[in-house]
Amino acid sequence: MEIISEGKGQLIGWHDPDEAREWVVKNKSRELKSKVMSVKEAVKRYIHNGDYIASGGFGHVRVSMAIVYEIIRQKKRNLTMAGKTAVHDLDILVGSECVNKVEVAYSFGHELRGLSPSSRRMVENGRCKVVAETTNAGYQWRFLAGMMGIPFIPSRTMLGTDTLNYSSCKVAKDPYSGKLITLIPAAYPDVAFIHVHRCDIYGNAQIYGNTVEDIELSRCARRLIITTEEIVNVELIRQEPWKTTIPFFIVDAVVEVPYGSHPCQMPGAYYYDEEHLAEWMELSNTKEGVDEYFTKYVLSVQDFEHYLKLCGGAEKLNYLKRREFLEEPMIAPWQKR
Amino acid sequence: MLEDKKSVFVGTGLPIVAAMLAQKTHAPNLLIMFEAGGIGPLLPELPISVGESRTYYKGIMATSMHDVMSLSQAGYVDYGFLGAAQMDMFGNINTTVIGKYSHPKVRLPGSGGANDVASFSWKLIIIMAKQSKQTFVDKVDFLTTAGYLGGLGHRERVGLPIGSGPYRVITQLGIYGFNKKSKKLELLSLHPGETIDSIKNNSCFDIILANEIESSPIPPEEYLKILRDEIDPARIVLGRD
Repeated sequence: MEIISEGKGQLIGWHDPDEAREWVVKNKSRELKSKVMSVKEAVKRYIHNGDYIASGGFGHVRVSMAIVYEIIRQKKRNLTMAGKTAVHDLDILVGSECVNKVEVAYSFGHELRGLSPSSRRMVENGRCKVVAETTNAGYQWRFLAGMMGIPFIPSRTMLGTDTLNYSSCKVAKDPYSGKLITLIPAAYPDVAFIHVHRCDIYGNAQIYGNTVEDIELSRCARRLIITTEEIVNVELIRQEPWKTTIPFFIVDAVVEVPYGSHPCQMPGAYYYDEEHLAEWMELSNTKEGVDEYFTKYVLSVQDFEHYLKLCGGAEKLNYLKRREFLEEPMIAPWQKR
Repeated sequence: MLEDKKSVFVGTGLPIVAAMLAQKTHAPNLLIMFEAGGIGPLLPELPISVGESRTYYKGIMATSMHDVMSLSQAGYVDYGFLGAAQMDMFGNINTTVIGKYSHPKVRLPGSGGANDVASFSWKLIIIMAKQSKQTFVDKVDFLTTAGYLGGLGHRERVGLPIGSGPYRVITQLGIYGFNKKSKKLELLSLHPGETIDSIKNNSCFDIILANEIESSPIPPEEYLKILRDEIDPARIVLGRD
């Protein structure tokens, strides 16, 4: 295949497909065994300094916040993160100086709430480096190629743009149509953490609502941590196997964390905690504010339950449930007046 | 502009507001698609994220990004609908950096799904609330998302789908199309109270004038009421007035 041009972005997390297969056969077990452990143990065991990490869900939706906070508590450093529309998770991981490299599809923003003061400041002063640009479909298809065990996926996106010029993609002449086509390289994150609605002790996980990129991400990541709203009996999974999005043999850890996506949304369960997000966005305008936030909500808390109490406890959580089901009006406390 | 019985792939912010208004008024069967997997919702309120559960509220499907992006690439999306920080005369968009890429003055979020939407949709609509010399620029600081690139035929030459590309640009001053021969921005319609001068004074590049420039209709009071009371009562996108 004739290569016409190449993006100058850094190629991260790519492996030769045979090397990837070999890693799987050596490191992933097909044995049906319990993988239940604590947040602390999961992060200690599977996330290491210098790793390339990816978080499941999308933006502020279905995010494994318990793992994100634990990464900060364990002071992991030099992490590279997939900015596959990563917003609040990425913002606080960059703000806490755990992540210092990002491959960006969409990052440094809080969607309609505005830009992220903390991670933007870190990029603008050079303390966080953007290693490559891509698009949402581009990232998605990096994961798809990894999941399929092939070196790249051809696509018609990004052609003609600077996004392509600063990506790790190549442009080739398609041997079938003769037209130019983008070759999107496979990605194999060292570890991914995905929050789900329910999961058994072995790792069979069911997600309600949109799966976003999690079918592909769960399968291409080398290590996979599942946090779940509840651990259910395997019999319940076996009653409705068509609801299973993630099978046990790709999972390395299962952690039960009710409300584990807070302050982000959990579809069909609870809505965003806009007051909490507003507090972070306001505090993160200064470095001192960032430190204050982490001291209050991450470093000095004993566990996720303690954190939820600090955020307003049962009263707040019940409100977020009602809000999810449209029984409370919209609020926008982060809005600039 | 958004016709009934067509599909539209919407980006965050103003495009969602516009699609919701269309769904509540002249296009009840508008098929709305979101990049994170929501298809065909009856939007109950403004989604803050294009990935949240509102994006498939009473929808026909809650699926994956791979599914929605593949359908788009295969030609199932009639209209793409995006916002932009900067745009040039060919409808090329920047949402990545203001200033130099290596030392950005402002780091913006990047493409997100915008580049994909603009690459794949048959007709792209761009909406910008603030047309000015800062946003209508000679050259975008970073070409995040493809418009007509350098002009007629350029999209096809780089391999983008034949027959795709920008269709309309909507700003606070008027509505634009793209000239058939040059693919440069062309004024089609002026909003009430605006003039050719106000258009020119708020653009760094020359704007072609269509042979007949229309006057944009004044939106009915009922539409404004739906926008303010039903779609965005918290004034997240519309702002305070």
